[in-house]
Amino acid sequence: MQLTEKLISSFLAFELDIDIHSDIHNIRTNAIKKFEELGFPNKKLENWKYTSLNRIIKEDYTVFSKKKNVIDFKKVKDYFIDNIETHKLIFVDGFFDPFLSQTSHDGLDICIMSAALSKPKYAKIIEKYFNKSANLEDSLTCLNTAFSKEGAYVHIPKNTVLEKPIEIIHFATGNEAALMLQPRNLVVVEQGAEVEIIESHQSLTVNPIFTNSVTEIFAEKNANIDYYKIQNDVVTSSLVDNTYISQKRNSDVKVHTFSFGGKLTRNNLNFFQKDSSINSTMNGVTIIDYDQLVDHHTLVHHANPNCESHQDYKGIYSGKSTGVFNGKIIVDKIAQKTNAFQQNNNILLDNKSTINSKPQLEIFADDVKCSHGCTIGQLDQDALFYLRARGIPKKEAKALLTYAFANNVLESVKIPELKIRVKNIIAKKLGVSLGFDL
Amino acid sequence: MAYTEEELKKELETQEYEYGFVTEIDADTFSKGLSEDVVRAISKRKEEPNWMTEWRLEAYRSWKKMKEPEWSNVKYIKPDFQEISYYSAPKSKDKYESLDEVDPELLKTFEKLGISVNEQKKLAGVAVDIVVDSVSVATTFRETLSKKGIIFCSISEAIREYPDLVKKYIGSVIPRKDNFYSALNSAVFSDGSFCYIPKGVRCPMELSTYFRINQAGTGQFERTLVIADEGSYVSYLEGCTAPSRDENQLHAAVVELIALDNAEIKYSTVQNWYPGNKNGKGGVYNFVTKRGICHTNSKISWTQVETGSAVTWKYPSCILKGDNSIGEFYSIAVTNNYQQADTGTKMIHIGKNTKSTIISKGISAGKSQNSYRGLVQVNPRAENARNFSQCDSLLMGNKCGAHTFPYIEVKNNTAMVEHEASTSKIGEDQIFYCNQRGIDTEKAIALIVNGFSKEVLNNLPMEFAVEAQKLLEISLEGSVG
Repeated sequence: MQLTEKLISSFLAFELDIDIHSDIHNIRTNAIKKFEELGFPNKKLENWKYTSLNRIIKEDYTVFSKKKNVIDFKKVKDYFIDNIETHKLIFVDGFFDPFLSQTSHDGLDICIMSAALSKPKYAKIIEKYFNKSANLEDSLTCLNTAFSKEGAYVHIPKNTVLEKPIEIIHFATGNEAALMLQPRNLVVVEQGAEVEIIESHQSLTVNPIFTNSVTEIFAEKNANIDYYKIQNDVVTSSLVDNTYISQKRNSDVKVHTFSFGGKLTRNNLNFFQKDSSINSTMNGVTIIDYDQLVDHHTLVHHANPNCESHQDYKGIYSGKSTGVFNGKIIVDKIAQKTNAFQQNNNILLDNKSTINSKPQLEIFADDVKCSHGCTIGQLDQDALFYLRARGIPKKEAKALLTYAFANNVLESVKIPELKIRVKNIIAKKLGVSLGFDL
Repeated sequence: MAYTEEELKKELETQEYEYGFVTEIDADTFSKGLSEDVVRAISKRKEEPNWMTEWRLEAYRSWKKMKEPEWSNVKYIKPDFQEISYYSAPKSKDKYESLDEVDPELLKTFEKLGISVNEQKKLAGVAVDIVVDSVSVATTFRETLSKKGIIFCSISEAIREYPDLVKKYIGSVIPRKDNFYSALNSAVFSDGSFCYIPKGVRCPMELSTYFRINQAGTGQFERTLVIADEGSYVSYLEGCTAPSRDENQLHAAVVELIALDNAEIKYSTVQNWYPGNKNGKGGVYNFVTKRGICHTNSKISWTQVETGSAVTWKYPSCILKGDNSIGEFYSIAVTNNYQQADTGTKMIHIGKNTKSTIISKGISAGKSQNSYRGLVQVNPRAENARNFSQCDSLLMGNKCGAHTFPYIEVKNNTAMVEHEASTSKIGEDQIFYCNQRGIDTEKAIALIVNGFSKEVLNNLPMEFAVEAQKLLEISLEGSVG
């Protein structure tokens, strides 16, 4: 059976498990209808011109895991960040794992979506925010909405500065063959509050895993959010990450995406600036090999004056890997004094690797500063020679230059422990050990 | 009194089209509509051989199956293809032998355009082929050229007299089925220019074609074919105007360039079709397919100044097939009032050590929309390909838009590709800097706009640069000094 039909028919089974009389259920029903109409995106769509999901959706996925799988902390210890106290939200095969997690209700809510969707005390927040910034015309987002049940729920009240970062990990054991996961996350940061979130998806099996994730983030006035996405999954799993960020006056949201793993990774990152004096930052480092594909689609909609956005994406491609970058900046008529900057630098290391880049600007206001730059090239041969002339072996020299290339983005990581972790992943990826700290 | 940007904006809004006159010339026009019979009739009227008629019919048949493309960033009312007359010729049976025989009304037209045939002939030394309503009416300097073996004539003449060359190259760069408008053009093109430069010949003068749509309710479908044989060089100019009319007129031309080994073609366009009035009524739809193919060590350079047309939709492209070949694209697109432009280029790198340069400048004023859309493609075998692209947009007022859609596809790791784009208005600090040095605001704006487009203007041949300057003045009067 085709995955599309399987998903649509599973929705009936899904309805048996949940409260079908709630308002949320109307949203779900509308979403599945929309998905039925649109189906999975194909290459004929301008937004999917360079990325085909065909090789992913042909697998026979189990749509929901029937039983809760338990995993031993010792086995997965390596996937947690070392030497740091964090709030933890851990999910296994789409179910919340209370043993590995450390939730908090101490004046704030760091808990799970299933509780938020069903308990009356969260109803107000859910009504105000749930599915309010997600794109109702996007088929994969609709698919996720239809099956939305579990995921992280974070609500930080007014003027609360969270000291410990929040770590969200979605594990897939895949004990039951191929598995499809659809986590749904909601992050609401009230006025003047600050939070740091680290999110990752990890497969523990060689069976194919397909994750279609949707995260909605709301930053109220003066809120500060740093969101780190660590994508270092095994090469049998794929991820479509749809993130929608809605910002209010003076808020500052930064999303850092580190894409090193996975078979296919698609990041749809959408920023909506709902007021003036807003800052939005997107950083990304992509280092991939073999036949991996990483696709970054960013959208920044400047709808109000005096806002800024910065994008800096670096990519290093080896083997037969493919990189896609599509950055879109829209500046509305009233969004005067906008300052939008977009940069995409790429290095191709092998002659089988491919890069497709499409930095777009759509500008309707005149008093703006908008620019974009895109380069594709190789490591500087002179610099490589300089290092080798000083006794640094070729592999290490290449790694050094790669670091230097990606350094701008790595510098933006504020958590030192996370920086070390990212550095270690890169070193492992390049097969060298570097004798310095970033 | 100081000249402010506000005033410039006002002036831009009220600026009228200078070339909007209609010449009263008797014309032989087909009744409206398109069918196989019309295609046959055009072919017959042009006294074409059988193979050409068949070639056209096949194009017509594939056109019928095609759908009008909709992906561009322009909005317009689709032309009704049965409401267009596909052939209109100034009424005179024989080809002119000398200029004296040309209808004096027609000559006046050219004088008004500022391209008096006589003047051009004597002073500038430019050979001109003039096409009014799709039929070639005058070709100058033919004798001088034929001494060098250069063929420069109308395409219908070339079909009759040089069938081998035409048969070999027509449709070789832009196949009939390439797109909706190229198929339409292939079926109904009524005339255009043909140029062949023999091996090793450097064309001693600029070749030029002037297009004008005169008759109401006609479409202009001209076809240009330029072949530069091994080691030759040619610089080719093209200019266009149309009278003011209320309805939208369609212009769907096809231009094919072939640069054989070591050849160089420089193709410059100054496009000034009627852009519609300031409420966006009327104007020409300019849907043109232009493409060139470069063989080993050859070079094709496109330069365009786009100031007219209600809707412009075109991408002069280079296929860099041969090793060491070079493609260049320099463009200024100015849009005002309700004009829309979606223009850019495609650089397809296939050969080794190929290079391409793209410089695109967009200036939008009034309520216009100006888009750059470009593709840089480096194929797996194109070792050491090099590309540099730059797209800058200048916005005047907050009712217009500037858009950039660059597509960059690289499949070879030795490629070096750079792309940069910026959007800005004329900065207050820039004007202040000039004021500080004793340059008044009017001059400062002129200086800045001029500087903004200089990189492209510099690439136009001398004779044309003056005219291009003049056209920029029309669109942005008061800002170009």
